[in-house]
Amino acid sequence: MRNLRDAWHYLTTGANWGGDEGMWHLLVQQLLLSVSALLIAMAIGLTLALWLGHLGRAGFLAVNVTNVGRAVPTFALLAILVSLDHPGTAELGPYGRAGLATLIALTLFALPPIFTNSYVAVREVPAAVKEAAAGMGMTGSQQFWRVELPLAMPLVVSGIRLALVQVWATATIAALVAGPGLGTLITQGFYRTDYPKGIAAAFVVAVVAFLLEVASALVERAVDPNRKETATPGSRTSARPAAEVRT
Amino acid sequence: MTLLAEDGISVEPSCYSRLVNKWYCTDYLQDRHHDLSSALSQHLQITAWSLVLGILIAFPLALLARRLPRLQGLILGGSTMIYTIPSLALFPLLVPFTGISMKTVVIGLALYALTILVRSMLAGLTGVPAEVRESATGLGYGRMRLLFGVELPLALPVIMAGLRVATVSTVALTTVGTLVSYGGLGNLIREGVQNNFKAEILAASVLCVVLAVALDGVIVVLQWVMTPWTHARRTA
Repeated sequence: MRNLRDAWHYLTTGANWGGDEGMWHLLVQQLLLSVSALLIAMAIGLTLALWLGHLGRAGFLAVNVTNVGRAVPTFALLAILVSLDHPGTAELGPYGRAGLATLIALTLFALPPIFTNSYVAVREVPAAVKEAAAGMGMTGSQQFWRVELPLAMPLVVSGIRLALVQVWATATIAALVAGPGLGTLITQGFYRTDYPKGIAAAFVVAVVAFLLEVASALVERAVDPNRKETATPGSRTSARPAAEVRT
Repeated sequence: MTLLAEDGISVEPSCYSRLVNKWYCTDYLQDRHHDLSSALSQHLQITAWSLVLGILIAFPLALLARRLPRLQGLILGGSTMIYTIPSLALFPLLVPFTGISMKTVVIGLALYALTILVRSMLAGLTGVPAEVRESATGLGYGRMRLLFGVELPLALPVIMAGLRVATVSTVALTTVGTLVSYGGLGNLIREGVQNNFKAEILAASVLCVVLAVALDGVIVVLQWVMTPWTHARRTA
């Protein structure tokens, strides 16, 4: 219990937040990493998944990519990427030590939920709706932009949300391989038996994870075109595909 | 497996020496198989205990959530909240209560497994058709016999699917336990990163994936054995 009190003390001491090794700096660094990785993954994953989903091809990818992502430990992938000679442990601009390895790993782990959800979302647009659109004389691309995409939007956004939470978690683990971000305070605290420091940083990481989850849940709700009709409790949880991967 | 020069003296440095430091190295596997097997057994132990603990907590919670719809939101929401916390942050938050021990890792991983398991158990149980339940009650089945004799067997495929997901992700997450020195194969990975020992990193990582796939296979077989009615159509 003394550890808890000391951790609280660590959190409430202003000096621990400022400076280059301070929590603000590391927090911003980790957020920057997470958002960059998410944007890269979206650029690749969304394009590919929506396109393939529209064509209705490569469905096996959508299933397997998630399973593979789940079985490969984040930590192991990070370790391998850091120890590769090429992307090395060199600094990468604002991303800090082992920045490139971390960025690549984060992007890879953000891809499965984005890809799977978006693919499924476009595939599951009812055939009758698509036929109606075709009957009205819409071309393939009109169908996609005006019919399939709006209907697929909630599931697509929920995939992005899963990816965001996952990327944040993975960015924390990066500290185990000397990566940047708040995780470094956790590992430092534990390896040098300064537990309050580690516990305090863990608390900040957890709080930010909650905030990210809540914020993206609000966005998810805002883009749902049918939310007024289907606002039954529990419908949201059951509609979620099992693409969640914990790291 | 060292190469011998013509005079019979070994000249080639082993493939895991600092000078060579290869990723793939059978010498390492031979010389250090004790390290690997003890890390593997710790890994298996942590994974197994976490899953057992997760199932033991998840089952009553799922029953409770089914019985009291009001609690359902609380149970699902609460476990989802825990699921949001990154593993590297969850272990430190447990340390004030559990200390630096295997308990910390096992409880943390059980909490993650719990989220997946409660959902699949609830989905499985609510998926049992009402007619089936009514016929069983009509045949005089009591509540317990109905649950264990009818509902649970019918829910098994869905529950097992959840157990597979939970198992595979628990195996992967166990590596993070290295933060408190109980990470099974993760301990080797961390050691490998710190000493830039490539053969160790790759061997431990690959073993981790192999373990996940193997346990997944075990559950598939287990499910096949436990649900004979799903694949006995031909004889009927």
